Amino acid sequence: MNGPTFTIDGRSVPFTEGQSIIQAAREAGIYIPHLCYHPEFRPHGSCRLCVVEAGGRSVPACSTPAVAGQQVRNRTERLDRMRRTLVELLFVEGNHFCPACPKSGNCKLQAVGYWLRMLDTPFPYLFPRRELDASHHDVLLDRDRCIFCELCVRASREVDRKNLFAIGGKGTRCRLLVNSPDGRLGSSGLSLGDRALQVCPTGALLPRKGAFHVPVGRRLYDGRSIAESDE
Amino acid sequence: MMQGAAPVGESWITGLAATCGGDATALLPILHEAQERFAYIPRAVMQQIARTLSLPLAQVEAVVEFYHFFSSQPRGRYDIFFSSCVIDRLRGGDESARLLCERLRVTPGGSRADGVVSVRHTSCTGMCDQGPALLVNGHAIAGLDRERSEQMASLIERRIPLREWPRGLFRIAGNIRRSGPLLSGEIPPGAALQRALSLGRKGLLERLERSGLRGRGGAGFPTALKWRACREAPGEHYVVCNADEGEPGTFKDRELLRRHAHAVFEGMTLAAWVIGARRGFLYLRGEYRFLLQHLEQVLAERRGMGLLGERIGGGRDFGFDITIRLGAGAYICGEESALLESLQGNLPRPRNRPPYPVTHGLFGQPTVVNNVESFAAAAHIALNGDRWLTARGTEHSRGSKLLSISGDCARPGIYEFAFGTPLEEILDACGARDLLGVQMGGPSGNWITPAEFQRSLAFEDLSSAGALMVFGRERDLLEIVHGFSRFFAHESCGFCTPCRVGTGLQARLVEKLCLGRGCDRDLERLRSLGELMSATSHCGLGQSAPNPVLTTLAAEPQRYRKRLNSTAFTPDFQPLRELRSCGRRE
Repeated sequence: MNGPTFTIDGRSVPFTEGQSIIQAAREAGIYIPHLCYHPEFRPHGSCRLCVVEAGGRSVPACSTPAVAGQQVRNRTERLDRMRRTLVELLFVEGNHFCPACPKSGNCKLQAVGYWLRMLDTPFPYLFPRRELDASHHDVLLDRDRCIFCELCVRASREVDRKNLFAIGGKGTRCRLLVNSPDGRLGSSGLSLGDRALQVCPTGALLPRKGAFHVPVGRRLYDGRSIAESDE
Repeated sequence: MMQGAAPVGESWITGLAATCGGDATALLPILHEAQERFAYIPRAVMQQIARTLSLPLAQVEAVVEFYHFFSSQPRGRYDIFFSSCVIDRLRGGDESARLLCERLRVTPGGSRADGVVSVRHTSCTGMCDQGPALLVNGHAIAGLDRERSEQMASLIERRIPLREWPRGLFRIAGNIRRSGPLLSGEIPPGAALQRALSLGRKGLLERLERSGLRGRGGAGFPTALKWRACREAPGEHYVVCNADEGEPGTFKDRELLRRHAHAVFEGMTLAAWVIGARRGFLYLRGEYRFLLQHLEQVLAERRGMGLLGERIGGGRDFGFDITIRLGAGAYICGEESALLESLQGNLPRPRNRPPYPVTHGLFGQPTVVNNVESFAAAAHIALNGDRWLTARGTEHSRGSKLLSISGDCARPGIYEFAFGTPLEEILDACGARDLLGVQMGGPSGNWITPAEFQRSLAFEDLSSAGALMVFGRERDLLEIVHGFSRFFAHESCGFCTPCRVGTGLQARLVEKLCLGRGCDRDLERLRSLGELMSATSHCGLGQSAPNPVLTTLAAEPQRYRKRLNSTAFTPDFQPLRELRSCGRRE
């Protein structure tokens, strides 16, 4: 074991050249909260939950390369507070009604909220009006639950090779666009087996059937926290 | 939903695409043309464009939705954008907008039912020295007083085509108030290049290095270092001039481009020669469309003189040409990596860095991106030696800087000052007295109170990319901050969580304070939101978006406290207001 190492909260972490902080951390079994990061895809850096302190700055662990000898701080009170606020911002920005959502218990946004002990938010809910797209036979697109992580955009482009999604608009008026002639999911060619559908961390892209095959209480994050069960 | 009838033929699209190389870089020029032809960009046209450029339709749609000056919904035949810049509003912008809308019987934000006119607001249009200002079908009109508003209304009601409007309406004053070596210096076309050829590439780089020139766009990165690093990076090299000065209150590049375009292009050509680039782009902000014809003409002159094109200076090994690309109203494009994305026809979102543009810039290739002022200064240094720059300034900030001064002063306009000049001397020169404070560097900069006016203009002290906004003692600080926070909410690209949601919440909270409904807790919320945005945002826009709030809150907390509601808690929700806005929300 002579490879390069750096530390996360004082613990030595080996890494290979070119690895990001979050990649090395995962291999070492250290959880850094994240939503838009997914090991299968190139880092995106938009949710900012994976913010860590390195070299005296706050940087996203997903797009910052690990550097030998560097001391990275992950679990500090300040960082967790900022992460909690970021999750709060995602909640107030959309319309997330967990009790009525079929994704509840399997939802990463909800799970990371629990993990960060988010109970409420001091910020006002924005209650945006977003268009629901129920034109697809098997899949529902509920934009109320979209957090703009672009995992579907990336998966559809890189894995499914269909390029079905994009983000349009700007600022709080951002919205998920469907790349089809009429802009609707029904005519897009999306199918149930698409990776784009599986990687959605929230209930924005949801299979219409089988939502309750696994009952509430036995779902992914019901028994274990996201830190313990994250892939 | 299909919008409108499919336009006949798409040969204009293929034609334009071909002149632009047939790839996604043609997207912006084609969208400009489409917007002009149809007064919006129908979905059927987006489909044709997507097909021609082999782009996903959703990408074209996303790009159209992103820029202020493109629209996927029909706009009026006369499409008006008022500048919502704080300075334009101080100069009576709201009043002129109201008057014009009244005369034209149209509500701001809407289109008239007959499709003749539509009115919206946009961010600063670069006319703060002569506001209030607006754009009509992309053409700037400044000094909008009652008389001009009446005149415009009459022309529109009579359906007079824009090209037949009196030329005087479109006159833009230069307002150069104080010249230094940059504004008064003249470079005979080709002279700097000729000198550089005799110095050799290494010699020119050494000269630039000795001068200590730092980028004038705000970040202050040493220019010689940038050029050298780019030169050493392998790949196809590019030169890009950032002429997207979108920071509200900035307009100095407007006059540099108008009066010293040769110097700017010469600077770009020098960079190309040093790094080995064959292609260059000047990215001009959409608001400066009125400069386009002039700039194209200067480029044509330079081609005629053998200063652009194949075999520049008669040599066999140096060919270079410059293309001008017009932006379409998006502040974020001033950020260099977003600008590069925009040039490539992508959504203009700042990239993850590193890598930096010097190694991975346009199309992922080594690229020098510099500000207009930096290129002009580089040309002067090449011609006149490093002393041209080092004769003035401070140890860490050599030379002089152009400032766009606007707001409550007797002589707003463009000033060239040596670095190291105290702020009080600058304010004296522009005739500013009895001040509340100044905003140095525009909304993304800092609030400076009179107690700090002895500080001086320098990268190491008061740094500014060019904006200096002056506010008289009678102004309402919270209203100013409100204007800035609305600006950021309007311009956030929406990529990262802290900026996308944070700028929106910040604007709402400041509005609440302005309405006298704020409480202690709101100040706390503003502080924590500000800390979050500056620490975790993806790019400089989000990181600097809380600056106006945080710097004024730190410097003048009493102005905030005075406006707080006496109760310990005030809700964000106002039932009556919400009811009134029912059905009107986006």
